Amino acid sequence: MTSFPKWKTALVLLVCILGVVYTIPNFVSKKMLEGLPEWLPNQHINLGLDLQGGSHLLLQVDTNDVKEKMLVSLSEAVRSNLRSAEPRIGYQNLKVRATTVTFKLRKAEDRDRMREAIAPLSVMLPTGQRSNIIDISDEGAVTITPSEQGIADRISSVVDQAIEIVGRRVNETGVNEPTIQRQGADRILVQLPGLGDPERIISLLGKTAQMTFHLVDLSATGNNGRAPAGSKRLPGLEEGDGTTVIKNRVMVSGENLEDAQATFSQGQPVVSIRFNGLGGKQFGKVTSENVGRPFAIVLDGKVISAPRINEPILGGSAIISGSFTTQGAQDLALLLRAGALPAPLNVIEQRSVGPDLGADSIEAGKIAGIIGIVAVIIFMIITYGMFGVVANIALAMNMFLIGAALSVLGATLTLPGIAGIILTIGMAVDANVLIFERIREELRAGKNPMNAIESGYARAFTTIVDANVTTGIAAVILFVMGSGPVKGFAVTLGIGILCSMFTAILLSRMIISLWVQRARPKTLSV
Amino acid sequence: MKLKLVPAETKVPFLKYRFITFLMSAALILASAGMFFGPGVNKGIDFEGGIMLEIGMTEAPDLAQMRSALGDLGLGQVTLQTFGAPNDIMIRVQRQEGGSEEQKIAVELVKKQLTDTFGSDISYRRIEFVGPTVSGELVQSAIEAVILSVIAILIYIWLRFEWHYSVGAIAALVHDVILTVGMFSLTGIEFNLASVAAILTIVGYSINDTVVVYDRIRENFRRYKKMDVKDLLDLSINETLSRTVMTSVTTLLALAALYIFGGEVIRGFATAMIFGVIVGTYSSIFVAAPILLKIGLTHHNEEEEGFKPKDDVVDAEG
Repeated sequence: MTSFPKWKTALVLLVCILGVVYTIPNFVSKKMLEGLPEWLPNQHINLGLDLQGGSHLLLQVDTNDVKEKMLVSLSEAVRSNLRSAEPRIGYQNLKVRATTVTFKLRKAEDRDRMREAIAPLSVMLPTGQRSNIIDISDEGAVTITPSEQGIADRISSVVDQAIEIVGRRVNETGVNEPTIQRQGADRILVQLPGLGDPERIISLLGKTAQMTFHLVDLSATGNNGRAPAGSKRLPGLEEGDGTTVIKNRVMVSGENLEDAQATFSQGQPVVSIRFNGLGGKQFGKVTSENVGRPFAIVLDGKVISAPRINEPILGGSAIISGSFTTQGAQDLALLLRAGALPAPLNVIEQRSVGPDLGADSIEAGKIAGIIGIVAVIIFMIITYGMFGVVANIALAMNMFLIGAALSVLGATLTLPGIAGIILTIGMAVDANVLIFERIREELRAGKNPMNAIESGYARAFTTIVDANVTTGIAAVILFVMGSGPVKGFAVTLGIGILCSMFTAILLSRMIISLWVQRARPKTLSV
Repeated sequence: MKLKLVPAETKVPFLKYRFITFLMSAALILASAGMFFGPGVNKGIDFEGGIMLEIGMTEAPDLAQMRSALGDLGLGQVTLQTFGAPNDIMIRVQRQEGGSEEQKIAVELVKKQLTDTFGSDISYRRIEFVGPTVSGELVQSAIEAVILSVIAILIYIWLRFEWHYSVGAIAALVHDVILTVGMFSLTGIEFNLASVAAILTIVGYSINDTVVVYDRIRENFRRYKKMDVKDLLDLSINETLSRTVMTSVTTLLALAALYIFGGEVIRGFATAMIFGVIVGTYSSIFVAAPILLKIGLTHHNEEEEGFKPKDDVVDAEG
């Protein structure tokens, strides 16, 4: 009848105890937790950036740039493969078009040799597709198109490299516990707890920081006009700095840097750099051969400065001077240390919350939660009396279970998540309300207390399941489809539904069964 | 003496008024649609893209002065509104042409102008920027989430009940969602991702409420094989009325606490939810149940679908 098996009682009690035990660490400071033995639960609920303050940046790799670079390097590979063939294979019109590299053979009979020469450019990918699709017409016109999979693979590896570089740059700034992870095919999510104003990081991540050293083309003069073939005109770092014409050929690349530090030289902020072995040799050779000529230092298509080479620099170290501020020199040194990004990154979403607002939100959420719970508790007691007390015990337990679930799962609690919990307070009592109303009805129908309770629970059960499954469906879909705040809300709503079903169907029933067995009431007042 | 919001055994002839309530619902739906297609909802940067700054100042600033100072920057449309307190201001700037560098510059310009005009004692509580690709995706995933969950819920009800109930539940649901969107248009509360979460919760709540009534209707069809369908629906609504009201009240109590004490960021969400709970409660009584009569649910349907009465197992034991 109103029996509640012993094993079930034990199970319910165990779950409740675990719920309390795993929630308690949240009321204890991190410091105190460290002093406790390790086998005790010690996880805090993770607070979202909107609650603890911090910045969320979503970066997108410039895929057009990746594709362009892919085609350029493909055309260079074609050129070098055809030239290094024995004897040379003659070609003309080697061009990068929108999505392809095209050229034409000078002599159609070179077709087979050419095919062999460029075959290595199209490798078999693990997915079974080729990286490039090569199309050769009878007249010797060739079109090479990177395949979709080839492009995707390239983008993927660019994103991996970018994550590495972003990580290094962020870590150099000394932000605490940043998270940097890939999102989707071409995005990187950067989370910076505690950093409410990420302007400096945005500006650091906005630079690819590709540094190259070029000779200056002295045949071109003035600030305007076309640069001679093999040279190009580049602007200076700041607007209004004038332009410099440099030779296209890269004499030394920033890839060969080993270290960079901001320092002072003659009272001016400068960046001192040190090359690795290869870079040092290249740098020594260029400076020896070009004493007296200006040497341009180019960063992301802008000339930082073009100092005159006074003497050969053979030690592998140099100083970059320019019109730097102290911060500017520090940032440049940081970027050079961390390395260049393989493609430009764009911030497509930024959400920053100052630490004050986060603390205010937590405070407001606590107050709203406590007042909400108290209001519901009072209302349940004046409506259902003793049964209301049982529902309230279930409600309190429900909160502990949600707290424990969030702590154990390592879920992140966000502001919408708090809203989800507070909403659960209201809805959690629904299951008990259904049961109690049903018991009232059964009593009115003339059943004795025990039967009324038994059939009240039995009949309300299907309704509770139906009602919660439908809300649960919404929570699951929100979790799967949603992003950011929606997801945070779905997590707590879903956990809340499961916990409220447990507390209503098992916990409150257990309490009432135990009470009925002991008291054997003749009449029941619900 | 215990509080009883609804007397023990009510006999309200809800279906007698169904023409009035249908008419009322239809009028509200039309008005909501008019509001939505007319003035429309106040789309936040989640959906529109752009820049948003929330600042806290030591005392309430002159908004007109701030508006003209920021308007002079040439950043396009700039809107200001107080956010909770007169010294908390929310500034929205339209998305700037160009990449992330341009957005960052715009934020810097706004900050500099504010410092120049109002001094440096300003705390930046929130800074957000949403690019056009992201906002497009957010809109899409939000719409997909709503449609998918409605379909999933529909299928569940169809499996657990039968198609009449599915249609009725969806009617009530669509009713609630349209009215909520209408409320957003009317009040001008910012429509953002939290609002989507609110609408989905309303979907869940509305269904929850409707299912409870439907459960009782199904049960009564098995129990009273000869009762007139209209009376049976009325009886079912009356029997569940007490629960319907109780649950609405407890949920509203929690939401009221959230609305009053939960802070400004969450207030829009709480408002939408409060409205949704009221509308959801109304629709489960006045839309979901009466519509079953309209679409022709009869005893015959119930038998045809092969429902086997399995009730009163407990009674047999007792």
